[in-house]
Amino acid sequence: MAEAAALSPETVMREMKKNGVTDIVWLPDSETNWLYLLMQADPDLRLVGVTREGHGCSIAAGLFAGGRKPMLLIQNTGMMESGDSIRGWLMGLNVPIVLMVGYRGYTRHGVNTDTAATYTERFLMAFGLEFFLVENDGDSDRISTAFALAEKTQRPVVVLVGDEYHGFNR
Amino acid sequence: MMHTADLLKVFAAHRGDAIVISGRGGKHWIEISDTVMDIPLGDPAMGGHAGFGLGLALAQPNKRVVLFDSEGDILMSLGQLPTIAEQAPANFYHFILDNEVYATTGGQPVPGSKLVDYAGFAKAAGYPTAVNIAELDDFKRQLPGLLATQGPVFASLKVFPEVENTPIGQRVRWRKRGADKVVRDLRGALGAQ
Repeated sequence: MAEAAALSPETVMREMKKNGVTDIVWLPDSETNWLYLLMQADPDLRLVGVTREGHGCSIAAGLFAGGRKPMLLIQNTGMMESGDSIRGWLMGLNVPIVLMVGYRGYTRHGVNTDTAATYTERFLMAFGLEFFLVENDGDSDRISTAFALAEKTQRPVVVLVGDEYHGFNR
Repeated sequence: MMHTADLLKVFAAHRGDAIVISGRGGKHWIEISDTVMDIPLGDPAMGGHAGFGLGLALAQPNKRVVLFDSEGDILMSLGQLPTIAEQAPANFYHFILDNEVYATTGGQPVPGSKLVDYAGFAKAAGYPTAVNIAELDDFKRQLPGLLATQGPVFASLKVFPEVENTPIGQRVRWRKRGADKVVRDLRGALGAQ
């Protein structure tokens, strides 16, 4: 069976547009530059760069309160640092948002040497956050599934990008 | 120094149709106004009000958004200041209530309480307008001009601490709506749902 193509930045952009995302609140992940260039070139998408991932939670909550549809684009390390902000600003205010999270350290076989990966899913389970794993273009419909679940539950939902060393890349 | 209740009464006369995120002035502001355009969120997670104000201001560029933040909050998230300055929402008025202490935990001084120049922080981060105001007469005189200035505008307001020492479970709850309902009400009023 042919292997699915790595997750391309065009695919991620297509999913964002399909789901009506208006604002990307983000802090660069290890390999997001190609996606950044695409997002920057899109006149309908506002980029809000943050200096710490937790700040993105309240910014996104404010955007949502004002009628926009933001998405958070961060790395798992920053997500873990953002715990209280996710709790208070996203879960507490019932913000139906998708967090697209680079899964640093992820290995398909489960043996990893990076504690960022070790604690990522445990963190999400502790918070009771639903999540979907996307490893390549063939999984990309899970991004739309995440948006639908966020809308249905009025809660944040996480997409883990499990191809971080190729994801969003060329 | 000013009393928070007094400066909010002064502000109320100039509020117009602004959306007001009452932040650390919430328990006094709710006595003045409690409409869907008043956003008493309590304390979802300390340090985040500035970001919420930024997001709301970006989402509603035709409405003035006024936030009453605190020095303790912005000290937790100074990195939000350059983000606000970069986004430069012309409709955002970022006031902080600087009482020099963590009032809700018994009044312990915030680090650098007598040293920090908060307007200096904001200016250095790129806010085009940032001032420190310590007296009510100065606030009365400067407020109309500040609200007429294109944002983002930052003003640090020196206020008397209102220290709470009673156990949290015994404190009087002043909010009439949960934070999630406040957001839903606002979205409804803005036609966002």
